[in-house]
Amino acid sequence: MEATHTAHADVHAHDDHEHHEELSFVRKYIFSEDHKTIAKQFLISGLLWAFIGGSMSIIFRLQLGFPDMNLDWLKPILGHWIQNGKLDPEFYLALVTMHGTIMVFFVLTAGLSGTFSNFLIPLQVGARDMASGFLNMLSYWFFFVSSVLMFISIFIETGPASGGWVIYPPLSALPQAMSGSGLGMTLWLSSMAIFIVSSLLGSINYVTTVINLRTVGMSFTRLPLTIWAFLVTAIIGILSFPVLFSAALLLIFDRSFGTSFYLSEIYIGGQALHNIGGSPLLFQHLFWFLGHPEVYIVLLPALGITSEIIATNSRKPIFGYRAMIGSILGIAFLSFIVWAHHMFVTGMNPFLGSVFMFLTLIIAVPSAVKAFNYIATLWRGNIVFTPAMLFSIGLVSLFISGGLTGIILGNSALDIQLHDTYYVVAHFHIVMGSASFFGFMAGVYHWFPKMFGRMLDEKLGYIHFWMTFVGVYAVFFPMHYMGIAGFPRRYYSFTSYDAFNSFHDLSMFISAAAIVTFSAQLMFGFNFFWSIFKGRKSVQNPWDSNTLEWTAPIKPEHGNWPGEIPTVYRWPYDYSKPGASSDFIPQTVPLSQTPESNLDSEKETVELGKKEGILV
Amino acid sequence: MNSLVIGISVVLLLAIFFMLFRVQSLISVLKGSYNKKGGTSNQINAILFPIFFIVFCSLVIWYSGKATEHYLPKSASAQGILTDNLFWLVTGVILFAFVATNILLFSFPYTYQYKENRKAYFFPDNHKLEIIWTIIPAIVLSVLVFFGWRLWTDIQSPAPKNAVVLEITGKQFNWIVRYPGKDGKLGAYNFRLIDATNEVGIDFTDKASFDDFLPREIHIPKGTPVQFKIRARDVLHSVFLPHFRQKMDAVPGMPTTLWFTPIYTTDEMKSITGNPSFKYELACTEVCGRGHFGMKFIVVVDEPEDFEKWYGSQEPFIKQNPDYLANLPVTTKELAIK
Repeated sequence: MEATHTAHADVHAHDDHEHHEELSFVRKYIFSEDHKTIAKQFLISGLLWAFIGGSMSIIFRLQLGFPDMNLDWLKPILGHWIQNGKLDPEFYLALVTMHGTIMVFFVLTAGLSGTFSNFLIPLQVGARDMASGFLNMLSYWFFFVSSVLMFISIFIETGPASGGWVIYPPLSALPQAMSGSGLGMTLWLSSMAIFIVSSLLGSINYVTTVINLRTVGMSFTRLPLTIWAFLVTAIIGILSFPVLFSAALLLIFDRSFGTSFYLSEIYIGGQALHNIGGSPLLFQHLFWFLGHPEVYIVLLPALGITSEIIATNSRKPIFGYRAMIGSILGIAFLSFIVWAHHMFVTGMNPFLGSVFMFLTLIIAVPSAVKAFNYIATLWRGNIVFTPAMLFSIGLVSLFISGGLTGIILGNSALDIQLHDTYYVVAHFHIVMGSASFFGFMAGVYHWFPKMFGRMLDEKLGYIHFWMTFVGVYAVFFPMHYMGIAGFPRRYYSFTSYDAFNSFHDLSMFISAAAIVTFSAQLMFGFNFFWSIFKGRKSVQNPWDSNTLEWTAPIKPEHGNWPGEIPTVYRWPYDYSKPGASSDFIPQTVPLSQTPESNLDSEKETVELGKKEGILV
Repeated sequence: MNSLVIGISVVLLLAIFFMLFRVQSLISVLKGSYNKKGGTSNQINAILFPIFFIVFCSLVIWYSGKATEHYLPKSASAQGILTDNLFWLVTGVILFAFVATNILLFSFPYTYQYKENRKAYFFPDNHKLEIIWTIIPAIVLSVLVFFGWRLWTDIQSPAPKNAVVLEITGKQFNWIVRYPGKDGKLGAYNFRLIDATNEVGIDFTDKASFDDFLPREIHIPKGTPVQFKIRARDVLHSVFLPHFRQKMDAVPGMPTTLWFTPIYTTDEMKSITGNPSFKYELACTEVCGRGHFGMKFIVVVDEPEDFEKWYGSQEPFIKQNPDYLANLPVTTKELAIK
C-alpha cells in the first residue's frame, strides 16, 4: 500500500513538470539542471577550448615549419616567451603539452562526450532528463572550475606544465628540472583532479540514465548505437579515471611531501636528492592504465555518432547492428589490457612486451569489423550528403588510415625504431584526434537543429568539410615519412643532427596546411554562432530520422516531451524497409500499423500481440 | 602603416566573404534548393570523394618515389636489417588493406548517391560475410604477431658474452659515456658521489673503477655485438640510435640495456650514403626539458683493429683528473697509480 502511494506521488511529480513556473535566468541558463542546457554549455566550452588548443598548435607549427621566421609580432600575446624573435624552447614544450592536454581532455573528452552524452541520452532513450539533474549540473561546473585553473596556468610567469601531456616524472616532479614543473604543474594536477571528479559525476549519471530511464519498449536491443557507445564510454571512464587520479595523487605527494613513489637515485641542480626506491615506471603504468582507455573514451562516442548518421543518410539500416554492439564491448574490454604498448622501450620486462603486443593486435579485429560494417552500410544505399554525413564518411576514412598504422606500432619489434617519432604523432592524430574531431563535427551538424531549432548553413558546411578533410590528410600523412626516417617528436629544432636534417620542404608544407585547416575552423565558428541566432528555422525531423529525439518538439522545453513520453515499438534502423511507402519508419510507429513492411518474425510478434491484447 | 594595411585588407576580405555567404544563402532560399535531398551539391560531393582518393594516391606515389633517400636510411646493424624487413612486410599488408577498403569507401558515395526514384537496399546483416571479415583479419594479425614476437625476443634477449660493453648516462642535457678499460669491468657507482668532476658518480673504492675511461665519442667495433648499459642521472631520457634501429629509455634508479651488432664502419657508411661527412648519431627521444632537442652524441664504428688501437690509447679518468685523485684515501691512491 505504502509503495503504491509513493508511486502515485511520483506520477504527480512528473505531471507537475508540464505546468511548472518559469525558472530564473540563473537557474535556466547558468546553474541549469536541464540536460540540454548542460550539453550546450559543454559544447560551447569545448569549442572555445578547441580554438585555444588549435591556435597553440599553429604557433609551434610556425617554429617547426619556418624555423627562421621572426616571431616578434607574437610578442604582444606571448611576452617574454619570445626571445630575439624566436620561440623559447621551454615554451615550445609548454605549447606542445598544453595542446595535448587541452585537446585530449577538454575538447575530445568533455567537449565531445559531455555534449552528446548529455544531449542525446535522455532524448534518445525517452527520458525527461538525466537520472540526477543536480549531479549533472555539478559535473559541468566542476569541469568549468578545472578549465579555469588550466586557463590560469597558461598565464603564470613560470609557464604552464611543459613535460608533455603524459607528465612523466621525474621531469614533472622536480621544479628544478624545468620551470613548467613548478606552479604550472601544480595547477595542471589540481585542474586534472577536478576534471576527473567532473568526468565521474557525468559518467555515473549517463550509466544510471541509460539503465533505468529507458521509455516503455526501449529494450537494450532497440537502443541506437549512439547510446550504446555513450554507455560503454561512461563505464570505461568510471573504471579508468580513478587510476589517473591515484597517479596524480602520488605525484602530488612526491612533489610536495617528500615521498618517493616515482623518484630514485636522482642528482639534479648540483645535489643528490634523498629519494630512494621509487620507480618512474610505476607512474607510466598508472598513467597509461587510464591513458589507453582514454583513447576509446574519445573515440567510441564519435563512432556511435557516426553509426547513427551513416545509417540515416544512407537511408539504410546500419549493417550488423549486433556485431557493432559486440565490437564496442570487445574494444572496451580490450582497451583495459593493452596499456603497456606505450611502454615497449621504457625498460619494462621484455616478456610483458610480448604479451602486450599480442593483446594490442587483437584489438584490431573488432576495429576492422566496425570499418567493414560502415562500408557495408554505404553499399547500395541512397546516400544524402549532409555536412554531418560528409564528416562521418571522413571519420571512417581516418579511422581506417590511422588504425592501420597502429598495426605497425603495436608490433613491439617495429615500435623500437618508431616509438616517440613523428610516426606516432601521425598515427594518433589521425586515428584518435582527427577521427574523434570529425565525429564531434558530424554530431554538431546533425543535432544542431535539435539543439537550437535552426539549421547550420549547408554550403559553409561543405566547404568546412572539404578543407578540413584535405587539410587533415595534408598535415598528418606526410608525418609518416618523417617518422620512418626517425624524426623524434617534441623536438624544438632538428638542425643540429645530420640524421634529421632533411624534409625542410615537407615540414613547411605541413605548417602551411595546418594554417589553412585552422582557418577553415574559424569559418565553422562563424557558421555556428551566426546560425544560433540567424540560421534558417528547422523543421521537426529535418533528416527523416527514426530515433526518438526527432519526435520531440523543435525546441523541447524542460522535460522534453509536452505530453506523455513516447513508447518504442521497433529498433531505430528501419530505413528503406521493403514494402514500406516511406523510406523511414520512426521507432514510435507500432509494428501492427505497418503490415505491408513487416518481416516474418515481426508478423509473428504482431500475431502474438493481438492474442495477448497488447499493442506492438 | 604596414599592419594597418594588413588589418584593412583582412577586414575587407572578411566583408567580401560575408557578402558571398549572404548571397548564396538568399539564393538557396529563393530556389528552395535546401528542401531537395538530391540537388547539385549532393552530386558535387559525391564526385569529390573518388577525385580526392585518386589525387591523394597519386601524390603519395609521386612523393614516396621522390623522397626515397630521406626516409628509412640504410640500416647499419644486423638486427636493424631484420627490423626493416618486417617493417616493409607489415607496411605491404597495411597498404593492401588501405587501398582495398578505401577504393570501396570512396567509390560507394559516388555510385550510391541519392536518386529520388531509387530505394536503398534493406541489408541489416549477413552472418557469413561478418564471420569471414572477422576471421581473415584475425588470421593475418596472428601471423604478424608471430613474426613480431620472434624478432622482439631475439632483439631483447640478453647480450652475448663476448659483447663490447659501455655505459651511457643521460643528464640534462648531454650524455656521458664510460668504458670499463683494460680489465673489462665497469667500476661500481653511487649517485651520491656525483660532483662536477665525477659526473657519473664512479665509486673509487672499487678497484675495477681505476682504469675506466670517459671518452668524448663512442667508438665501437664492426662485427662484434655491442652492449649499452644505460642510466639516467636526473630525469627520463632515451637512447636512440636511428641507424642501428635501437632505442631504450634511460631511467633514474633503474639501469636498462640494449645491444646490437654494427655491420658497417663509419667510413663504409660514407661511401654507402654518398655523404663524405656521414656520422652515426645518438639522440634523446624522451622529453627531458629545455635542451631535449640538443642531446646529440657521435658514434664511430671502427674496423676491429682500429677499435683496439683506440681503446688502448684512452687515458683512465683517474689519470686525467689528478686533483680528484688527491681527495681519495691513500690506499686506493696507491692502487690507482699502479
